[in-house]
Amino acid sequence: MDEIRDLFGREIRVINVGLESFALVLESLGVPVIHVQWVPPAGGDPARARLLALLDDEDGA
Amino acid sequence: MIARTLIKPSFYQDSVALMGVARELRGGAGIQEAAALMGTPANRELMEQAGLLTAEAAAAGPNDLVIVVRADSEAAAAAALARAESLLTERRRRVEAAGRRLPRTLDSARRQLDGANLALISVPGPFAAAEARKALARGLHVMLFSDNVALEDEVALKRLAVERGLLLMGPDCGTAYLNGVPLGFANAVPRGRVGIVAASGTGLQQVVSLLAAGGEGVSQAIGVGGRDMSESVGAAMTLAALDALGGDPDTALVVVVGKPPAPAVRGRVEARLRALGKPAVVAMLGRAVSPGRDGLLHTVTSLEDAAAAALAVLAGREYRARAFADPDDAGRRIGERQRALAAGQTSVRGLFAGGTLAYEALLILEPLLGAVGGNLSRSAASPHRIVDLGEDEFTRGRAHPMLDATLRAEEIARAGKETAVAVLLVDVVLGHGAASDPAGDIAPALEAARAHARANGRGLAVVASVVGTAGDPQGLGRQVARLESAGAWVLPSNAQAARAAAAIAGGAGVTQKLLGGESR
Amino acid sequence: MSIREANERALVRLTSAQPVLVDCRPAREALGLDERTVLHSGPPLLWGQACPTVQAAILCAIRYEGWAADDDAARRLVERGRVTLGPCHHAGAVGPMTGIITASMPVFVVENRPGGNRAHATVNEGLGKVLRFGANDASVIARLDWLAREAGPLLGAALRSSGGLDLRALMAQALRMGDEMHQRNIAASALLARALMPHLARVAADTGAVARVADFMAGNDQFFLNLAMAAAKAAADPCLEIAGSTMVATMARNGTDFGIRVAGLGERWFTAPVNTPEGLYFPGFTAADANPDMGDSAIVETVGLGAFAMAASPAVVRFVGAGGLRDAVRVTEEMAEITLGEHPHFRIPTLDERGTPVGIDIRKVVETGITPLINTGIAGRAPGTGQIGAGVVRAPLACFEQALAAAAAGRVAT
Repeated sequence: MDEIRDLFGREIRVINVGLESFALVLESLGVPVIHVQWVPPAGGDPARARLLALLDDEDGA
Repeated sequence: MIARTLIKPSFYQDSVALMGVARELRGGAGIQEAAALMGTPANRELMEQAGLLTAEAAAAGPNDLVIVVRADSEAAAAAALARAESLLTERRRRVEAAGRRLPRTLDSARRQLDGANLALISVPGPFAAAEARKALARGLHVMLFSDNVALEDEVALKRLAVERGLLLMGPDCGTAYLNGVPLGFANAVPRGRVGIVAASGTGLQQVVSLLAAGGEGVSQAIGVGGRDMSESVGAAMTLAALDALGGDPDTALVVVVGKPPAPAVRGRVEARLRALGKPAVVAMLGRAVSPGRDGLLHTVTSLEDAAAAALAVLAGREYRARAFADPDDAGRRIGERQRALAAGQTSVRGLFAGGTLAYEALLILEPLLGAVGGNLSRSAASPHRIVDLGEDEFTRGRAHPMLDATLRAEEIARAGKETAVAVLLVDVVLGHGAASDPAGDIAPALEAARAHARANGRGLAVVASVVGTAGDPQGLGRQVARLESAGAWVLPSNAQAARAAAAIAGGAGVTQKLLGGESR
Repeated sequence: MSIREANERALVRLTSAQPVLVDCRPAREALGLDERTVLHSGPPLLWGQACPTVQAAILCAIRYEGWAADDDAARRLVERGRVTLGPCHHAGAVGPMTGIITASMPVFVVENRPGGNRAHATVNEGLGKVLRFGANDASVIARLDWLAREAGPLLGAALRSSGGLDLRALMAQALRMGDEMHQRNIAASALLARALMPHLARVAADTGAVARVADFMAGNDQFFLNLAMAAAKAAADPCLEIAGSTMVATMARNGTDFGIRVAGLGERWFTAPVNTPEGLYFPGFTAADANPDMGDSAIVETVGLGAFAMAASPAVVRFVGAGGLRDAVRVTEEMAEITLGEHPHFRIPTLDERGTPVGIDIRKVVETGITPLINTGIAGRAPGTGQIGAGVVRAPLACFEQALAAAAAGRVAT
């Protein structure tokens, strides 16, 4: 798994989505981290969340 | 009796942070009840049941934060709401003072953090798969802390991850170490030569803590989630992790921690382990697993043995498993506690915060004591019980026992009153993200339970282990001392603690089995 | 093509537009407007659903054109279908507030140089009792007469002589002078007057006419608003043919409904009831006097100006908080959550020259629940009251939810 091995040895830079305490710990350790103020997409509406997933075609860049 | 509401529109806070706020408010003078919740339909129902659904709360939307307090007086209510406001905005003020704003989506986060390469996802289960998929699609490695992710979602996510050469650690991955960075609930351990693939968070924590105690450290520790080695998932992440660790020059030895893999998967995993070209220690927690050695591949049956075997192999020693690190001391203490028991005190009550630690204790107790009940086994009619207080049934609407000891303290008190209970068995897990004084949180309940038993002519033994290191924020030494001052016998590992509990409750026969010659 | 690629194309097309002000001509020529059509702001509107302010403005325009002698007769023409109503947007135009355009009214012509497409808007009448706010009396008609007879032709001649004025450069400069091109256009209006004066002076035969036009422009701080709107429409319209894009290309209100159009979904409107603006009121007025949201001016936010550029306008930031850098950052970053990128030409000096957030993505709006913020004047609900205050209003989430469903249906079909 080349990409996984690539990660070993790189600086880990974290996007934290969910419990803020994880981001606070990483911050206190000096790890680059940004906390996302996550709320359920589409206000929690499952049908709309499915539409959003259908329309999400990001690929990497 | 006054109910007052504070609504913060379009204000976002995770459930754990909000439970912390609610708890703080409840402690305020003149406050009878308090709630801090996002205004989702489910939460509004909770508020209604608690008699806290004011008109403003009922009108709030899912993106609005709702604080409701029930107080003796206007002044008390106002003070509580002011405290809530300051608790909630403290972090935001710091961020905004720096001229920024916390992002609302993964994409805006990526714009703000150049070169982000890992998404740590801990959103509620129903939403976790979609977030993980988004992260993988954007080329991020993922640590998926969330549980309650559907199996078919896990299969699809790991397929995508493998396709893109990315990590998908989890679901239900509580702990990992990448390049020395502790992720999730993790202990402070040094960098070292041991690479680990773990199906469990607290299992990993026990192993790395013991490695650290033995002077060794972690190169990488990759969580794969509890179902990775099932037939459906096919050990996708385990195999990927093994490949990566096999090719990692900084990893001299690989440890795998988990439950026995599905038969269809076992062969592939073993072949990959043999192909590593490095020594491997495999800790399989399950019934009917035999320890052994086959060339570079060592199989052990406890977390403690995994660490000990790894240390031995790296030091070029033979590893021999023992029941106790200090058999003489153990024998003495077991005897003391057995003699203090009253007639009829014959059972073990295990009250655990770590699920894998509970399961390991169960596996150790069964061969020694016979059937063991609790919520991890199907044996209903047994005096012995091992309870994992982190299971869903106990954590609905409350924080996990690693964060909040309220429920465990109640269970300790309850168990202490049962006349048949001879020994309380507990785990205390330290590390980043855990409570700030987990030993101190249960020590009063332990003391009270022992005092109550004493007052009623019963001895009550308390046996504990502390999963942690000296470098942890809570401090291993301080936590051990606190438990000992509450009358607990603290053993160096969960496995030894389980054996000690079995011996005290099981009597001379069990003790002889454990101390007479080699264990197992 | 992936949605991401389509959005990239749409954003580039939007932000690389070069709107140039080239002419001013009667609507009948510039828009091909016939003698029985009244254009209004926002999405399609039925007479019976229109608010009193919009109705009053429509009736006044009918009298101005001479199609009816009084309001009752004018009303009968509309009710019987002898006069038809239609959105400005459908005729290649935009109008602020009631946005009424009829054949005789002079309209500015803005041409988008890359594609050649054009957009139009009337000459802003000024403040107070004007058609834009549903005023309906003889003074309104007299002013409209003068605009058609004298101001329009003179402005047209001056513009033709100038070879065209680069509106993008003008707006970029105004942004650096405290304008956001929706609530504040004073710097832009001054820059425009400065650019036009030499040409007005050269083409005018009658110095009295020049003086009257100069006085008119000098007395109207919002003169440039209509031009900002036309420039924005000229930039956004060409995006409506980019299949697969989820970028918003139109936002408009008619006092009853709020409508959006999406780049990849063509000329289809997605509508929902408008919200009512909130803000600060002139003495004697309160929120109870406010008219529901109206005007095509939200086209300005659609291209990364107005509320999206609010951070460049300290006076306007005060509508969303105590004012100051923190609020400016907060608003900008909130809109950045729902946009595709930063504008390469419209930059905010106080935020380290970052480009304004631009290219609203309907997916992000629905995902986050953050709806586009719009800076707006607040009109009085009683026709002819005029402006009673200024503030902000949000686009309704329902428009974006409907558009999302349509985009998803289109995706499945491909």
